[in-house]
Amino acid sequence: MLRIDRRLLAHFDWPLLGCTLLVVGCGLMTVLSATHAAGHVVSGLLLRQAMWAGIGLVGMLAALSFDYHWLERYGYFLYGGALVLLLATTLLGSAGGGARRWIGVGPFSIQPSEFAKLALVVALARYLHRQVGERTLALRALLVPVLLLAPPAVLILKQPDLGTVIVLGLTVAAVLLVAGLRLRLVFIVAAVLVPAVPFLWKHLKPYQQRRVVTFINPDADPLGAGYHIIQSKIAIGSGMLQGKGFLHGTQDRLNFLPEQHTDFIFAVFAEEWGFVGACVLIVLYTALLLRCFMVAARARDPFGLLLAFGLTAAIFCQVFVNIGMATGSLPVVGITLPFLSYGGSSLLASMLAIGLLMNISMRRFTF
Amino acid sequence: MVPLTQREVPLKLRRRLGIAVGLALLCLLLLLARLWNLQILHGDDMRTLSENNRIRLHRVQATRGTVVDRYGRVLIDSRPSFDAVLVPEDARNVEVTIENLAQLLNQSAADMHALLNQTSTRPPFEEITVKRDLSWDDVVAIETHQLDLAGVSLQITPRRSYPLETKLAHLLGYVGEASPKDLAADSRYRMGDLIGKIGLEKRWESALRGVDGGQQIEVDAVGRKLQVLREVEEVPGATVKLTINLDLQDAASQALGDNDGSIVAIDPNTGEILAFVDHPSFDPNVFARGVHADEWRGLLTDKHHPLNNRAIQGQYPPGSTFKIIVATAALEEGVINPFTRIHCPGGLQFGNHYFRCWKKGGHGSVNLHEALVQSCDVFFYQVAQRLGIDVIAQYARAFGLGMPTGIDLEHEKAGTIPDSAWKRKRFKQPWYAGETLSAGIGQGYVTATPLQMANAIATAAVGKRYRPHFVRQIETPEGEVIHSEQPEMLGELKVRATTLREVRDGLRDVVNTDRGTGKKARIAGFEVAGKTGTSQVVKLGKERLKAAQIPWQHRDHAWFVAFAPVDAPEIAVAAIVEHADGGGGAVAAPVVRAVIQKYVELKTQRGGSKYAQNRSPAIGTF
Repeated sequence: MLRIDRRLLAHFDWPLLGCTLLVVGCGLMTVLSATHAAGHVVSGLLLRQAMWAGIGLVGMLAALSFDYHWLERYGYFLYGGALVLLLATTLLGSAGGGARRWIGVGPFSIQPSEFAKLALVVALARYLHRQVGERTLALRALLVPVLLLAPPAVLILKQPDLGTVIVLGLTVAAVLLVAGLRLRLVFIVAAVLVPAVPFLWKHLKPYQQRRVVTFINPDADPLGAGYHIIQSKIAIGSGMLQGKGFLHGTQDRLNFLPEQHTDFIFAVFAEEWGFVGACVLIVLYTALLLRCFMVAARARDPFGLLLAFGLTAAIFCQVFVNIGMATGSLPVVGITLPFLSYGGSSLLASMLAIGLLMNISMRRFTF
Repeated sequence: MVPLTQREVPLKLRRRLGIAVGLALLCLLLLLARLWNLQILHGDDMRTLSENNRIRLHRVQATRGTVVDRYGRVLIDSRPSFDAVLVPEDARNVEVTIENLAQLLNQSAADMHALLNQTSTRPPFEEITVKRDLSWDDVVAIETHQLDLAGVSLQITPRRSYPLETKLAHLLGYVGEASPKDLAADSRYRMGDLIGKIGLEKRWESALRGVDGGQQIEVDAVGRKLQVLREVEEVPGATVKLTINLDLQDAASQALGDNDGSIVAIDPNTGEILAFVDHPSFDPNVFARGVHADEWRGLLTDKHHPLNNRAIQGQYPPGSTFKIIVATAALEEGVINPFTRIHCPGGLQFGNHYFRCWKKGGHGSVNLHEALVQSCDVFFYQVAQRLGIDVIAQYARAFGLGMPTGIDLEHEKAGTIPDSAWKRKRFKQPWYAGETLSAGIGQGYVTATPLQMANAIATAAVGKRYRPHFVRQIETPEGEVIHSEQPEMLGELKVRATTLREVRDGLRDVVNTDRGTGKKARIAGFEVAGKTGTSQVVKLGKERLKAAQIPWQHRDHAWFVAFAPVDAPEIAVAAIVEHADGGGGAVAAPVVRAVIQKYVELKTQRGGSKYAQNRSPAIGTF
């Protein structure tokens, strides 16, 4: 199976690889920026991240080496495995920053929720590709995606990691819309849910209401999330047109930024590279995502299309929510910026997704 | 190789995909627009903010709740004070700032550097408290030299003050700076926070503490506050209202005077503690401002042990006060009846030991009533021997001895109620019959704390035993009651009414007959019942010596326990005077009398009905 067909090699998606490597490169550079200490050229975290990038490349190769239709057969097993990992994390995971998200694997600790995202997309494509057609989806066909979403969502919420759950939800919604969700149905669901909100609200305890308010509007918590937002906005804005220069960010250096090498890494980048740099980065992301969409559009079968689109949607949602959060346009939820943020699991999972996309891309002409 | 059937991609699917891509591009465009807004349109402002200005989080510590007595008089308060705080990141040159500050405050710069190093792991821009509770001169000095002190600012923080000073200190406890262990245990604590360390301050920490607020403030280059951007209001701590009556507390304190000892007054119907005196004591203000090493050493090495909470930690032989329990056991078990007479020739030969009565000439033939009134030892030697130690121990426990009373204070001692099993376990020896005789008059292994004795006499007074408590209710600063302590009955004396009546009769006549050992506790118009006691500190020779002939630290302790009025008890008091120059009747009885006398006065002043209103509603009026 590992014998690489020459025809496959001919269709290798070099642009996708190129875009990915460029973004990963930006990421390594920014992780250095965010973690370097005076007098040291490289930081320990940078080396770790570089190692994870290496592992990611190997993973990417592995992900494109088999025919992606195997995922069609084993999709649900993958999904089950991810659930088991999540359950193990809940039961015996290690805590960090008040949350139980990591699980030890040898010398590393991994964050299973990052991989659960991939598994969910695979399972979703596995189910939906038989349902799609020229007509919109039947109501019945909606039930299974919701049932697929619920267990990982609940387990991840328990960790607690609201950000990842939001990304899962958005991804599933995006895939359903493309798969042919009847618009009328969306309106009906909205018509039922929206009037129910004030009713439910009244039945919440005051402290529960406060929590919801802080989730939706972190400005209601000016000493916590609201403070992060302000500092992040100052970092980005102070970059102005040209930025303060590589390793010359001040907000970041003074540790004003919370989580500057993970969730708020975009602020570090934008401070040092300015509007010009931020545009370049966003254009890079756009190119990467467009290439991914192209893979979906050119997939030779519905499974490939839905899988490719699901993976792309997951990456896109995360990029959009993360940058939206860093610029103070969206509420603060803790999620990483794919390829840029420090974090082995996040990087590996993103690169695995790209590997699968290349896989689909390479096999678009095989029969 | 690919086993699954393949289908063509429906056209509509590709079309919907196209729409999704369009939406995604739109979103990315929105991000670019947002960046344009932040970096180009507002870039200048943001650059200024990031360079010159600093936005800080400034925590506003919640004002700690006050503690008041049962009538709302302040026992612990929080007053504003000025602290000097330093933000090293704001100092243009930390060295210079520290040098100037050290000079102004008359402190060594080395100490300040040490403090800075200690706090090196703190988040940047968090304030370091350099000196607390500045004098007015220091405040003025810092204000006027602000320009030489970049990074230094004044912070107003509420400071704990204990206006009673040494009074009630053991019960109130004190606050102190949170230790690294405290910081690790509770994430709400910040370095330098004052938290309850002991006593009530610790027990009710969560209620007293309140919730800290905070401000997002903009400061200038030297760290001065420019404006408050956002703010979260602090929630001040709750008011803790005690059962203590400050007037009674003062009277009890005065009655004890300079003697070492303890007085506990409780309401026998509820277990509410009305007065709680420990002498000598310490000043919690010293701890609240940070105790100096030499002060601390002084407190530790003082031979009068001011840190020792005698009321709950002092374990003294109860002496003759224990006879109340032996008398109850004897009547109830039927080893004697009220008419049984025993001859006291002044002592009792038992085995090869002669057990003396306190009265050298003896009491002659006495019944239980007379034996209580005159505290005849020989009578109780005989009765104890008939009961046996295990039965005595069983009754003692029913009165709450030999176990902690359950008061809400840490490190309460249980005292000792020995029995044969205890002795086997403790000394790997059998119980000797002679030891029962000593136990019968509250000597030997028997020990109890003053609080236990107060609770025991309260139990004798009403037949029920309550958990002693000193918190009445907890209120928000606005006066809304959030917690109200209810009387908690721990046990009931399961004895015949006639038994209790006979014992109480005896106790009444201890005070109200001229033969009685406790006649000095008599109050006209308010019938007091009580029992004297003298607890030996060291075993002396054959002869009893006068107190003046014995070195101070070897002198006996004087006890008096009492309740009043006899027919409907409202107050129970136990007092111990350490190393007294006289017995319980001579020294301790007048102390208790003073307390009850004051109680009567206060009751008259406030009017019976008003006082009744202030009692716990669960009990109602008497």
